[in-house]
Amino acid sequence: MNQIDVSLIDWSRAQFALTAMYHWLFVPLTLGLGVIMSIMETLYFRTKNEKWKRTAKFWMKIFGINFAVGVATGIILEFEFGTNWSNYSFFVGDIFGAPLAIEGIFAFFMEATFIAVMFFGWNKVSKGFHLTSTWLTTIGATLSALWILVANAWMQYPVGMAFNPDTARNEMVDFWAVALSPMAINKFFHTVISSWMLGATVVIGISSWFLLKKREKEFSLDSIKVATVIGTLGILLSFYSGDESAYQVAQKQPMKLAAMEGLYEGGNNVSLVGVGVLTPGKAYNDTKDPFVFDIPIPGMLSFLATRDFNGYVPGVKDLVDGGYDTPDGKALSVAEKMQRGELAKTALTDYRIAKKAKDERAMVEAKQRLDDNFAYFGYGYFKSPTDAIPNIPMVFYAFRVMVILGGYFLLLFIVVWFFNHKKKFENLKWLQYVCLWSIPLAYACSQAGWIVAEVGRQPWAIQDILPVMAAVSDIPTSSVQVTFFIFLVLFTTLLIAEIGILVKQIKIGPEKSDTI
Amino acid sequence: MGKIKSFSGFIAMYIDGFKNLTWGKALWIIIIVKLFIMFAILKPFFFPNLLNQKFATEEEKSEYVLDKLTENHNTNVKTIKNESD
Repeated sequence: MNQIDVSLIDWSRAQFALTAMYHWLFVPLTLGLGVIMSIMETLYFRTKNEKWKRTAKFWMKIFGINFAVGVATGIILEFEFGTNWSNYSFFVGDIFGAPLAIEGIFAFFMEATFIAVMFFGWNKVSKGFHLTSTWLTTIGATLSALWILVANAWMQYPVGMAFNPDTARNEMVDFWAVALSPMAINKFFHTVISSWMLGATVVIGISSWFLLKKREKEFSLDSIKVATVIGTLGILLSFYSGDESAYQVAQKQPMKLAAMEGLYEGGNNVSLVGVGVLTPGKAYNDTKDPFVFDIPIPGMLSFLATRDFNGYVPGVKDLVDGGYDTPDGKALSVAEKMQRGELAKTALTDYRIAKKAKDERAMVEAKQRLDDNFAYFGYGYFKSPTDAIPNIPMVFYAFRVMVILGGYFLLLFIVVWFFNHKKKFENLKWLQYVCLWSIPLAYACSQAGWIVAEVGRQPWAIQDILPVMAAVSDIPTSSVQVTFFIFLVLFTTLLIAEIGILVKQIKIGPEKSDTI
Repeated sequence: MGKIKSFSGFIAMYIDGFKNLTWGKALWIIIIVKLFIMFAILKPFFFPNLLNQKFATEEEKSEYVLDKLTENHNTNVKTIKNESD
């Protein structure tokens, strides 16, 4: 592995990041808009008022365009596993395969079946059956996300598996430990519910555009009424699930938490950085102040990470140097973990040699050494302890973008709901413009969340077990560069197509939503 | 319009739905072109499954990945053992 070119790793990561982030442009709108249009149809079912049917139909049209353009863009990520990350793909084996298979067979077909009833079944199936189909489309999309997020959470906190040195694969020993790991549960709720915020912002923004054009007043105000409630609920639940996610990160991925906070030296009663500017060029072990400017909230990081205002939170330097107290004893330094990783790799080599020599006693002994050190297997690929440190500025600023925009959207939804409730929103042009131009901010917030989650866990493909330098395929860098630009062109074309069709259909408005 | 009460009615609903597409046709063209590019161009020409391409059996794939995972580490191990001695 040592001869793998750094540029190959960087290009492979860039390619995966590009495709994942483009894919994530489509997914949150599907999840968020799905809930909103389902609630609108539920209102139609309960009130029998045709205006809700018309409203639901228009947002279903927007949902359909986004779904059609975005569908299957995630499959490209699976292509990349087989080509660019073949070692990783084989190594994770059944663990990743099972959730993705469930996603493909169950959730995707559920979505695909009921989405057709949703679009083609008006007046052809009963109102109750149609409403059920709409909800099942939304639930199917959400379940798709569940299984992808279970697989992702396993990479962040690998549980319920055992490494088989005969096959080089991790084998699932406890499905429920994988499916119900606290990391998976929190990731699922935080990701899905935060998508409600994005869906609500799109609905409020487009409805504001109609109001600015002095069109579809009742439709727009009704849409805003539903969207502000879902958006507010989504943001509040996202704050709660985000807090739980951060607590899990503090326990399972402390280096990610240290990067999120720009925390180089830890301690007790540690402050949370509300707003801050990092000192450029700071090294983890120099004496420079980490911040050019910061507004700390005393004790808050300790409380968020340990549920105790005086709790100990390790910084980057503590995590690299080790030696601080943990519930399991003194923390190992990264250098010590690197030694344990090397011992695990030696044991794996010895196991293979013993197996070829048919020396069963030596195989048992080597397997025991491997099991004893496997928790640090991935550290055996590091050249330096600093390999364990992610890109701190990127994670720190992305985290602040996500949280600050989350606060902004909570305020926006409450203000818009208030003025709409008081029947004043229709006259507040400035607020309508704010809502319209908040649409890209919702996408920025959503993408920033993924940057925190995925850049923050670097250099790990699988936390502590497999770093990206061991996960990547040994293929020419030039081939990765070529496919990077192919994807850039393909996805940008798809995005332009989506925006073009969306704009056209929005301009037509709800009056022709009877057709598809 | 009568409500669908049978499986064949559902099939007819799907057929009618696709026949009467208006602006939805553009979406289906996007889906078909996208899937064609992905499965007929990208997958076979740019994204072969590396291990499936190189090896016929699971055993061969395992050996290859184990070789990759344990490559170039023996020197380092000796160093660590010497240090601990």
